[in-house]
Formats: sequence, C-alpha cells, structure tokens
Amino acid sequence: MSNAATDRQVDRSQMQVSDEVAIQISNMNKWYGTFHVLRDIDLTVNRGERIVIAGPSGSGKSTLIRCINRLEEHQQGQIIVDGTELTSDLKNIDKVRSEVGMVFQHFNLFPHLTILENLTLAPIWVRKTPKREAEEVAMHYLNKVKIPEQAHKYPGMLSGGQQQRVAIARSLCMKPRIMLFDEPTSALDPEMIKEVLDTMIELAEEGMTMLCVTHEMGFAQAVANRVIFMDQGQIVEQNNPHDFFNNPQSDRTKLFLSQILGH
Amino acid sequence: MSDTHSETIPYVRETMLAQKAPPSSQVGPVRWLHENLFSSPLNIGLTLLGVFVVYFLVLHLGPWFMNSIWNANSLTECREILAGASGACWGVIKDRWHQLIYGFYPPEAYWRATLAFVLMLVAFAPILFAAVPRKMLWFSAIFPGLAFWLIWGGSIWHAVFAMLGLVIGYGVFMVLQRVSALIAAIAAVVAPVLWWLFLTGPMAEFMAKLAPIWLMPVKSDELGGFMISIIIGVTGIALSLPIGVLLALGRQSDMPLVKWICVGFIEFIRGVPLITLLFTASLLLNYFLPPGTNFDIVLRVIIMVTLFAAAYMAEVVRGGFAALPRGQYEAADALGLDYWKSQRLILLPQALKISIPGIVNTFIGLFKDTTLVVFIGILDPIGLSNAIRADSNWNGIVWELYGFIALCFFIFCFGMSRYSQYLEGKLKTDHR
Repeated sequence: MSNAATDRQVDRSQMQVSDEVAIQISNMNKWYGTFHVLRDIDLTVNRGERIVIAGPSGSGKSTLIRCINRLEEHQQGQIIVDGTELTSDLKNIDKVRSEVGMVFQHFNLFPHLTILENLTLAPIWVRKTPKREAEEVAMHYLNKVKIPEQAHKYPGMLSGGQQQRVAIARSLCMKPRIMLFDEPTSALDPEMIKEVLDTMIELAEEGMTMLCVTHEMGFAQAVANRVIFMDQGQIVEQNNPHDFFNNPQSDRTKLFLSQILGH
Repeated sequence: MSDTHSETIPYVRETMLAQKAPPSSQVGPVRWLHENLFSSPLNIGLTLLGVFVVYFLVLHLGPWFMNSIWNANSLTECREILAGASGACWGVIKDRWHQLIYGFYPPEAYWRATLAFVLMLVAFAPILFAAVPRKMLWFSAIFPGLAFWLIWGGSIWHAVFAMLGLVIGYGVFMVLQRVSALIAAIAAVVAPVLWWLFLTGPMAEFMAKLAPIWLMPVKSDELGGFMISIIIGVTGIALSLPIGVLLALGRQSDMPLVKWICVGFIEFIRGVPLITLLFTASLLLNYFLPPGTNFDIVLRVIIMVTLFAAAYMAEVVRGGFAALPRGQYEAADALGLDYWKSQRLILLPQALKISIPGIVNTFIGLFKDTTLVVFIGILDPIGLSNAIRADSNWNGIVWELYGFIALCFFIFCFGMSRYSQYLEGKLKTDHR
C-alpha cells in the first residue's frame, strides 16, 4: 500500500462531523444517452465529513461528484447542496458553484493568466470583491499552499504538483463550504503526489467538507471518515476506513481491494 | 563465467558534474554555415542553385532598376530617353501617384484624407500595443465618426448623432442586462436602429442650422485609389472580427434557433463568391429597396465585404474554441462564472490567441479582396491603373503601375503579418 501520504501526523482535533447536512442526494439517476451511468444514488454528506470515493474506472465515481456542481446533469432524483436544489435554474446552479470548490485531475488552470490572476479572477468577477482585497486573499492562500513566490509566473512555468496546489488555492479563494476533488493526484509524478496530499490533509484538518475521488488509499485511511466504493454506477459499499479496508463485506469490494493493495 | 562484470556494476557518484561549454565547432558562424548551407550534397547543390537564381535576377532586373526614369510625362518620352535600353519608367507614378492614392478626391481636400489616415494610425495604436496609455482608447472610440466626417465632409452633426446611436445601444444594453441578457442584446440592436432611422436625420438637420460646423461634402464616387481600399479594408477588418466571434459563439449555442441562423448564415456566405455578393450590393439591392432610396454604394460594399469576411472569421475562431481543452470550460463553470464572463475572460482570449494566424490570414485576404470592387465600378488602384493606361500618354505601361500597386499592398499585408508574429510572441505564456 502506498504510504506516501501517511508519514505525516494528522491532527484530528478540528475534524468534527456536525449534524448539519451539506449535501443530500436522493434516488438520483443519470444516463449518457441510453447508458445508465449512475443508478439510484442515495448519499447524505454532513458538514465536516471527509469522504473518499473509490472504485474501478468507469464506475461513475467522477460523474457522481461532477453532478454535485452540475458539470453533469442528472435526469432523475434530487440533489440538494447547502439547501439549494440543483435544477435547470441557472441562478441555483451559479449559487451552488460559487459555494462548491472543485479540483480537477488535470488542474485546468487558465494558461493565459498569471497565478495571481488565476486566483483573483472568480472572486473579482463572481463575488465582486475589490481587486486589492482579492489579491490579499489570493496571497494568503498561496502562502498556505507554500508557493507565494510563484504569484507572477504563468501556470506553464510550474511543476505539476505546484499547479495542482495553485488549483486548490484557486478554489479556496472563493471561500467554498464544500470541496470536490476529482482524482487530484492521478496526473502527477510520484514525487509530487505528496505535496498535493499534504495540502489536502491540511484542508481536512481545518474542518473542510471534502469529497475525494482518489486511488490514494493511504490518504483515505489517514483522513477520511467514510469510504464509498462504487461499481457499475452504484454505491456498493460504504464504511469507515478501518472497517472498509480490514473487513470488506461485498465480494466486489474484496476483489477491488485485493487488486489495488495486493502488491 | 567470470565475476568481473558484476563487480563493476556497483557504482556511487561522489561529486556531481558542473556544466561545461560546448565544443567550439558547435557554436558561431562556422556551425551556422555548415548546418544551414553545406550540411549535405543536396544542401550544397541547393545553395549553389540559390546563389545562381539570385545572380540571374540581379543581372536581368538590375539594369531595369538602374535605368529608372522619373522625369518623363509620357511613355514615348521615356522610350526616347532610354533609346532602346531596358529601364523602368517611374514617370507614370510621379505623374499620377495622387490619383492612385486619392482617386478623384478633390485635390484641395487631400489634407482631409491624409489627416484621417494619420488619425487612423493614432486610433489603432492603443488597440495594437499595450504600452500605449489606455485613455487613448477614447480617441479610438470616436475615430470612426471623425474619419467619416473628414472623408465625406458635410455637417459634423450627422457623424455625431450616428455615433450617439452606438452609445445609446450600449446604454440600453447596460441598463437592461440586469433584467435579461437576451432582452438586453435585442434591445441594444433595435434601439440604435430606430434612432438612426427616425431621429438622427431631423436632429442633425436641426443642429446643423444651430451650429453649422461644415466641411465641403465629397460624393462617394469621387473616392478611389488606395484610399477606398483602406476605407473598405480597415472597416471590414475592424467589424468582421467581432461579428465573426459572435457567429462562432452562436454556432456553438445550445439554443437551436440561434445555432441554425448562425450556421445558415456562415454556410450561405461561404458558399457564394465575393464577387456575387458585390454585384448583389451594386445592382440587385436597388430592386429590393424602396424607389428613391439613396443607399451609399461604398457603405453597401463595406457591408458585403464585412459579412463575407465575418463568415470566414467565424470558422477560424471556432477552430480556436475547438482547440481549447474541455477542462477550461469546466474550470470556468466550476468557479461559478456565467456564460458571458467565462467566454470573455477565459475562453475567448485563449481561442483568439490560438487563431491569430488564421485571423490575420482572413484580414490579409479581405484587404486584397477589396480590389474586386473594380468590377462594380469603384475606382480602386486596379481600376485606376486601367484608367491611367487608357490615357494616350501612358498607353502600354504595365510593370511600373502594377509593381507600385503590388508594393503598396505588400507593405500593408506584410505589416499585418509582422504584427501578428509580434503578438503571438507576446501572448505566448503556455511554455509548451
């Protein structure tokens, strides 16, 4: 098992799961054409939860979290994020998107803007924050992800790990209440995975509500309070990390774990 | 088998190597010559062939340029001076340059056209170069009206009120966009059109009586030469890019009606030769417009050329959009930017940057296509060259006239090409 992420002591004092519901997904279905990608998804996420979603490729895990900020549209059922239901109403979608941060596998920084401009763009244009204030916030988060000296460079000049940390900082600048991570370390060299995971762990330590699609099982064990295993568009098993890894119930989960942890 | 090999495998480097300069044969002019001119037998052959071609051209064109004659009033005079030798007769340019540049514009008003040209350069400066103060953009904004007034003359108030229509459109858009972007967009088109149709005329007449600021009026058929090429070309260039961008966005739209209109427009215009559109503008429109309408021919040509270039531009820009990774759209969405903001701030800047070569290609094509207006009776430089050769003094002169016209076009087009390369270099931030 990869222990890259776990050599750091995780401070769990701030990781409190509250009773408040952050995301409520009920009986949700999604199709790509006639292909049924997500089937009867029921998921309630409380504020402060750190959920890792695992599963084989094509199991619908990325699609699931992309439905939460409506990068993908669901066709049936209900998704309520922070009390706002996602429908085709553009106002609701924009509201949810400005409160849910998302980090992508391929960073998706804007290559024509400097790092600082990447970070201040949404606060200035969506939140109407004055430029100076937005820049102060941006520098605060760049310090937090430990690359303030790169503020005036362009994304193309940074390493993959640095770019991903910038992407995390860019999301944080919008002061999101929920963070979605879509395989944030899958496109990184092994040496850079740790720096990104460390940033994510710090975020978890501050009590952020997080949903991570990832193959970093070390991260799941160290940080998550719940692991969800998906296959063929369905939630097959969910449990706390300890029981999930040591005592998986379904055969599909056992097979998956034996394949990724076997060597 | 001996164990010597396995004993040599363990190895630990104790000191890291410092950088060294490359060997001298790998730097400097010797290397350049070897790599670029004499790297292989084929390359040596091509180099020698190139040298020979240059020698041949100089040998034959050299005397023609060396024997140039500037002081002659007719081709016959030139030939007498040359007495059988080969030589260029630039006397025609000296005699008729003002016509090639200004057409039949009244000579006492040449200064107005020249001033408009100089002001055009000033107006373009802040758009083309970021180092020029941003406040100059105000001048760029009022330049179209100013240039119109300088070139066509008449009362200044027509130009002022026509420009005011654009301000009204902008104002209406800004006020209504809080209600709905679509309503605002429609109103921003309708309001200025109503303003131009019903209010501009009477108000301009009224103000002209009140405060007569006046220049001698010039009719459209007096315009000609490079002046008309530049008027049509520059207006077409300035308008085709924004229209092309809107068409490209419309073509990708989720709204079927908008999409079909844009696709239909683009495919129709691209499927028809420009010359057909120009004939439509000059002849057919008269049948469709109410009798007695005086719809300026230059304006009609500008509209047709602009629409033609805009259809091509739309496809060039669409190519730029298509080259953007899907992730850029998603990142913009995920940050909560709405459609117009994500287009304006994130997607369009990148798409346009990718399309710069194609855009400039279209610009250059448009500028050169302005010579087609000769077929509908507008005296552009080509039309004037025919007129000049019809004069008995210059009957039979070809190379000098066309050479001069080609040189002028080349200067403009090469300038655009160089600028686009400068811009590409400046905007290169992705370090791929």
